[in-house]
Amino acid sequence: MTIKLNGDLHDLPAPLSVTALLTQLDIDARRVAVELNLAVVKKAAYDSSIIADGDEVEIVNFVGGG
Amino acid sequence: MADPFIIAGRTFTSRLIIGTGKYPSHAIMQAAHEASGADMVTVAVRRVDISRKTESLLDYIDTAKIFLLPNTAACYTADDAIRTARLGREAGMSNWVKLEVIGDEQTLFPDNEGLLEATRVLVKDGFIVLPYTNDDPVMCRKLAEAGAAAVMPLGAPIGSGLGIQNPNNIRIIREQAKVPVIVDAGVGTASDAAVAMELGADGVLMNTAIAGATDPVMMARAMKLAVESGRLAYLAGRIARRSYASASSPLHGIVGS
Repeated sequence: MTIKLNGDLHDLPAPLSVTALLTQLDIDARRVAVELNLAVVKKAAYDSSIIADGDEVEIVNFVGGG
Repeated sequence: MADPFIIAGRTFTSRLIIGTGKYPSHAIMQAAHEASGADMVTVAVRRVDISRKTESLLDYIDTAKIFLLPNTAACYTADDAIRTARLGREAGMSNWVKLEVIGDEQTLFPDNEGLLEATRVLVKDGFIVLPYTNDDPVMCRKLAEAGAAAVMPLGAPIGSGLGIQNPNNIRIIREQAKVPVIVDAGVGTASDAAVAMELGADGVLMNTAIAGATDPVMMARAMKLAVESGRLAYLAGRIARRSYASASSPLHGIVGS
């Protein structure tokens, strides 16, 4: 299946949870925020939120700014 | 002398709020934060770089001591700013936001209509909203009426270092506002920060003036002292301006008189 991840197409073998995606990408879940199809996913819902074919996912974190 | 700086019920020890962008390195940023005494710093919300592992900014900020204020920099519509604010809340687990809705690329001046709309939506959504705004007393009043926890008028364009361009407006904003006034953007050097505080601003927010200085850590200390001295001068009550001299030494007992 193919998802759009931070604006780019990204291939994955099968649907997976937000937690699984973050683990696969080696991203510390405590330091990011995730949006699934334009809706923010609460951290408590990372295990139960399933990413499927065609979904749009945004993963953001804090960077330097003023 | 107790002079607490309170925004939305939260007390800060420093009236200087600084950024986390444009430093030569994370280590220099960390040292500058320490030297500034600031206990609130702004951060931007951006996509994680999936392709490569980068150092986390948060490894260089002691969040037990320093409060994170996510911003919505580079958002040009109310919708984008609202979306970014919601992501920032989830990433930082706090409902505070430095709200920016930009109206022009060259000046980075705010879009008043978008800013007001985003303020209303985010306040309703439970956010503590600190909007970056024009140095316009009417706009500041509207933002406060919309529920902004503070107003943050610009002193000059972001990153310009021009200093406070319209001191009279800042003074009027302070006199009229019922919420804290934080001068945000435009400071170039320590005297600019002192001027902002002498005009009555409750705080000053800056990034480039420190991060872009030849010695950011030394400039951070200079800004700390400037904000403190400007605040003291404001509270102490300066003398009235006059056109002619007023002798400081007694006029009686002058030798030879």
